Amino acid sequence: MNILNLDHMSANPLLHEVQEAMIEAIKKNYGNPSSQHKLGDQAAEALDKARETVSHLVNAAVPKEIVFTSSGTESVNHALKGVALAKADQGKNIVTSNIEHNAVLRSLRRLKMMDYQVTSVPVDQYGRVNPDDVAKAIRDDTVLVSIMHSNNEIGTIQPIEEIAKITKQKKVLFHTDAVDSVGVVPIDVQQLGVDLLSFASNPFYGPTGVGGLYIRRGTKVWPLLDGGVQENNKRAGTENLIGIIGMAAAAELAMRDMDSRLAHYKKLKEMVLRELPNTIDEYYVNGHPEHSLPNLVSISIKYIEGESVVLMLDEEDIAVSTRSACAAGALQASHVLLSIGRDFADAQGTMVITFGVENSEEDVNRFLKVLKDAVQTLRDISPLYAKAGAA
Amino acid sequence: MYSKTVMDHFKNPRNVGVIESADGVGEVGNPLCGDMMTIYLKIEDERINDIKFQTFGCGAAIAVSSMLTELAKGKSLEEAKRISNKDVANALEGLPKNKLHCSNLGADALHMAIQNYEDRKSGKVRPEPKRKEIHEHTHGETCYCPYCDAELPEGETYCQACQLDSHKHH
Repeated sequence: MNILNLDHMSANPLLHEVQEAMIEAIKKNYGNPSSQHKLGDQAAEALDKARETVSHLVNAAVPKEIVFTSSGTESVNHALKGVALAKADQGKNIVTSNIEHNAVLRSLRRLKMMDYQVTSVPVDQYGRVNPDDVAKAIRDDTVLVSIMHSNNEIGTIQPIEEIAKITKQKKVLFHTDAVDSVGVVPIDVQQLGVDLLSFASNPFYGPTGVGGLYIRRGTKVWPLLDGGVQENNKRAGTENLIGIIGMAAAAELAMRDMDSRLAHYKKLKEMVLRELPNTIDEYYVNGHPEHSLPNLVSISIKYIEGESVVLMLDEEDIAVSTRSACAAGALQASHVLLSIGRDFADAQGTMVITFGVENSEEDVNRFLKVLKDAVQTLRDISPLYAKAGAA
Repeated sequence: MYSKTVMDHFKNPRNVGVIESADGVGEVGNPLCGDMMTIYLKIEDERINDIKFQTFGCGAAIAVSSMLTELAKGKSLEEAKRISNKDVANALEGLPKNKLHCSNLGADALHMAIQNYEDRKSGKVRPEPKRKEIHEHTHGETCYCPYCDAELPEGETYCQACQLDSHKHH
């Protein structure tokens, strides 16, 4: 089966070097890093080494600023709830944006049940936050700002550096959800000026089930998991060492190949955007034309629904993603697409493709050819298309 | 996630299209997830001689429409009135739970089309059925089901998606 994966954001394969590093660890390094004997020492050494490598990926000042977690979602939960609890005596207001990932949204909703208040700033038609809005939203009792680095539905990258200047001046902590950015685009926590940054391993070809949270030295954050003293007392529970070793191997490759991967993604994205007008009509390209992930293309195709498109393409062994309500278990229209001004129907017809290192221009051509037929077939069934044609 | 029968009807939908000068037309739309179906009927001797559909929606919605037209074609109006959404779902060998209340509106559209036909015949002019268009959505503070997180209509505590009653919603 020759499946063309254009949904790398959902799942990346493990690169060969990552597999090898993990298999080696499975065979030789099963010790517990917390043990006081040679088996433990060997594991602790591997853990330290991995932490150092991963710290370089985001340019943390010291490796200790990296806490390994089970996922990007856990990192986000840890950052938001950990800061909220640690700072509860200073205030209970948190500022965020309208287009955050559910990990942020639902963590904040949970905090709202515990009498925290959340202020959410809007985005423009490209999905960008205006730093002035963040400045205006910060109150005396604001303890944390959380704005994502890049958006997983439309790819827009936020002006994190500018926002960090504001939070620094107002002495408020700043967390950014960079799950879809770290290892994909260059990320430097010191240059960005953030206090906390969430990331995960799979977006840069590491295993799932491993994430990381950067916590700037001296930042008070309560643990999410209580127990042992692992991860410098910040996250209890025996480390997923094999996964962490895989993540570090992937981080090394991401640093080594960053430039060539970026050039490759850019070429494919430009090709799709250039060829789309020759393929289908009446669609919107979502996200910022410049400040955007190089490996993501999000389009809203009028008169059709996204899950149908996914199924049609799947029939031809092409994997893409949609943000339609029908595909989401929750049956809700995407808050991101509604926030950038798409109406309910157009939000339904949204398709997201994300490239990987193995994709080629040939793959793009194959995708476009199948997409053209799928869109026409679905439009021929659609009453909305018929009405638009009659009008 | 879909049965073979659903995928078959999705891939090869039966009776797609419009009947010009139809004897009855029924339209339904679900504002929660945005599916829309239109059913066209041609009636002869109180029997469904021809039936066609147009649907905007997910794989389930398209398969439901297609299966409904197969079930209804050739039936007397009295028989057709007895076709339920459940019958359609059963004929499709089941639908995912979250689609049962969302995309499974085919029988509703059929019954509206029959009603429309009977109204026309008896000369009754009914006001345009009030249907929430999909671009309308509730503004302001939105309520969510605390169990499955589906959006709840204002004032509702019963969640159609997961069929639970929420005593407290936010």
